[in-house]
Amino acid sequence: MKTQEMLINVGPQHPSTHGVFRVVLTLDGETVVKANSVPGYLHRGIEKILESRTYPQVLPYTDRLDYLAGLLMNWGYVNAMEELMDTEVPERAEHIRVIMGELQRIASHLVATAAYSGDVGGLTGFIYCFRDREDIMDMIEMVSGARLTPSYMRIGGVAADLPDGFLEKCQKFIDYLPTAIEEYNGLITGNEIFQHRTKKVAPITAERAINMSLSGPILRASGVNYDLRKARPYSIYDRFEFDVPLGSNGDCFDRFYLRVLEMTESARIIRQALDKLPDGPINAKVPKIIKPAVGEAYAEIESSKGIMGVYVVSDGSTKPYRIHFRRPSFINLGHFDELIQGWKIADVIAILGSFDIVLGEVDC
Amino acid sequence: MENIFVNAAGGIRNLLESAGLPSLVVDISIMTTIFVAILVFVLLNVLWLVYMERKVSAYIQCRIGPNRVGPMGIFQTIADTVKLISKEIIIPKNTNKKLFLLAPVMIFMPPMAVFAVTPFGKGMVALDLNIGVYYFVALASLSTVVIWMAGWTSNNKYSLLGSMRVVAQMVSYEVPLLLSIVGVVLLTGTMNLTGIITAQQSVWMIFLQPVAFLIYLIAAVAETNRTPFDLVEGESEIITGPFTEYSGMGFAFFFLAEYANVLLVSMLASILFLGGWLAPFGLTFIPSWIWLLLKVYLVIFLLMWFRWTYPRTRIDQMMAFCWKVLVPLAIVNIFVTGIGKYLYESVRW
Amino acid sequence: MTVQTISEVKSEIIAKYPQIELSEAGHFFVPVNQLADIMLDLKVSFGFDFLTNVTAVDYLEHFNVVYNLSKTTAPDMLHIITKVDRKEPQVPSMVSIWGGAIWQEREAYDLLGIIFTGHPNLKRILLDDSWEEHPLRRDFQWEGGRD
Repeated sequence: MKTQEMLINVGPQHPSTHGVFRVVLTLDGETVVKANSVPGYLHRGIEKILESRTYPQVLPYTDRLDYLAGLLMNWGYVNAMEELMDTEVPERAEHIRVIMGELQRIASHLVATAAYSGDVGGLTGFIYCFRDREDIMDMIEMVSGARLTPSYMRIGGVAADLPDGFLEKCQKFIDYLPTAIEEYNGLITGNEIFQHRTKKVAPITAERAINMSLSGPILRASGVNYDLRKARPYSIYDRFEFDVPLGSNGDCFDRFYLRVLEMTESARIIRQALDKLPDGPINAKVPKIIKPAVGEAYAEIESSKGIMGVYVVSDGSTKPYRIHFRRPSFINLGHFDELIQGWKIADVIAILGSFDIVLGEVDC
Repeated sequence: MENIFVNAAGGIRNLLESAGLPSLVVDISIMTTIFVAILVFVLLNVLWLVYMERKVSAYIQCRIGPNRVGPMGIFQTIADTVKLISKEIIIPKNTNKKLFLLAPVMIFMPPMAVFAVTPFGKGMVALDLNIGVYYFVALASLSTVVIWMAGWTSNNKYSLLGSMRVVAQMVSYEVPLLLSIVGVVLLTGTMNLTGIITAQQSVWMIFLQPVAFLIYLIAAVAETNRTPFDLVEGESEIITGPFTEYSGMGFAFFFLAEYANVLLVSMLASILFLGGWLAPFGLTFIPSWIWLLLKVYLVIFLLMWFRWTYPRTRIDQMMAFCWKVLVPLAIVNIFVTGIGKYLYESVRW
Repeated sequence: MTVQTISEVKSEIIAKYPQIELSEAGHFFVPVNQLADIMLDLKVSFGFDFLTNVTAVDYLEHFNVVYNLSKTTAPDMLHIITKVDRKEPQVPSMVSIWGGAIWQEREAYDLLGIIFTGHPNLKRILLDDSWEEHPLRRDFQWEGGRD
């Protein structure tokens, strides 16, 4: 029988490319023969814009990288700036950062879980996760006034102290989270069809994952114990007790389930941070006009998608000479073309969902 | 109440006959009336089903669902349909225009034609065919052709993928569907739908043929292209498959036809396995047609429950499930049924 | 195996490769013609198996191509800078050593116009293929904008 390969264009407008990601697939029937990713449809030239912004003005742009984890993106930038300027952050600010950062991580993982459920066709799981994410959005709104783009962190501290009622709300959410996770496990993780769709699909070996610079849950799903919060603790993560969940097969199911497990660990960290939360100032003594000395710094934090690195070059003026963001989704996607070869078109969506990309971050 | 529709039909017939019309004209007008009544019945049900699906899904997903148009949002479907009618029908370039426009019209024909042989209540059947089951299944499978037509003429790769899936899926699942019905036909010894119902007077088929019922239910979900077998639409993968290029009323027709098909398979399920219009526990004061509707809606609710709980399977898994699990199981079921019936008849206890 | 501190690792590397310059801030300056060999050795002999970051900075006279290497087993991180001629910006590609460089090098090529020789698919990645300039160069001027 004579067959012909078919070229199909998935995206930039497609229900499940998580934004405006485009991938050109060469199909043999339903099987992918060749893939060619074309990112860039959300490229805003943030790195160029930042050349003409002052250091504090950079912050709101970081929100717009991974807009599902704005606080973690803020943190990545202020972390690099503090390294560049050698600033000591007050204890209370560090604790607030940990609490908010981990809440944001849970929120981001909830979206990943939700979207993954939607990608494999179970829309109910989507709504359940978003229901619980709403609580976190409320808390972020309480501290910063915005839901998606908080710009809450500042170089040397945070913008404002925690408002009244926040601690109770946070405690209540942390107490509630295990019930919610049990619900997701019943609805999504435990479903036979879901497991058939995801288990043994597109496994990544540990060596390949390290070689391709994958990071975050994707790397750990392959069994590589590399979480910056443990491996190279920044902020005050060395003071908390938590485990790094690891996968064993590196398939879609592991990548998905790892995020669910990480939510529990994040909740553990928040609980400890809430107990230890000291009194004191929330901002370091930072000059009104920020003018770092000539030099450069590269610092990394563990974002929800992977390693978020920020490279800052200062020429001694009030504006950064160059800022580069190491965006985890972007680098993780570099492995995507190679990975989806030989899988069905339905798997392509499942694999892309398990990567948990955010186009704001990929395209920068 | 019980005979309200039968009496109404009789009344019309008497009226026409007393007006002195020839019997052929009377027959034709009665038939026309019945078919219009069926059409109205199906359309009303479909409108209601769209609303019901939205409400059921909303409650499953901790939402409220439509609640703005009319009390409890009950006119939501009507509002949607009016909106869709007023929208422009976009015909993409390089399509076969005639077939492209014909497909949404044709999609309603198979389910509509099938309702002609369906017994809606005691004595309420437009055409009491001897081979009702055969007719039912034969016509119901025609919608494959129409969906394939829609996908092929759209000249869109997503539509093409979707229609390839339609053919693969619906033709395959026809096999276990038919084989599961064979068990029922073996036991009742008739292909007449009314006959099958009356044969269930003492015990419903679901208790004699539980395996066949399960196979039927699974195959029926696949036949109606609903989750977990909604690969044809597979929204997250291939947009909406064969219907990608349709807009306005064309899309609305496909959308509504899906619910007509749901009604159809649920009706067949309640006729074959749940005793049709027979009243359980001797509750005969409730009219037979209400009983049928109750059973149909029970099955429909089950289908909706599936849809909003399960994710979607993959094409190869779905085909493997059909050919490696359902078909052998259905054949074994027929075999066991045959032996059982033989033993029962030879022992006669 | 004894655990080495990062400064010990650094001095060991310097001892092996005297052509590497160590700046005050602890950054390595590697000459571009030996970059590929040194990088391969850093991975094979020194265990820097994870290439986290590749980027470049335009200093108008030259480009700095910046690599950040780390280990998945230890907290060490190296900050490696190589100076590249601005007229003919050519750097050996790291894709054969760390596959993770594949998109990062494309990005650096796209935005700064640095040619990574040996890259399997050096095309624009964020900008449109019909673009001609490289916007992250300091002499790039764009029309419009706020300032």
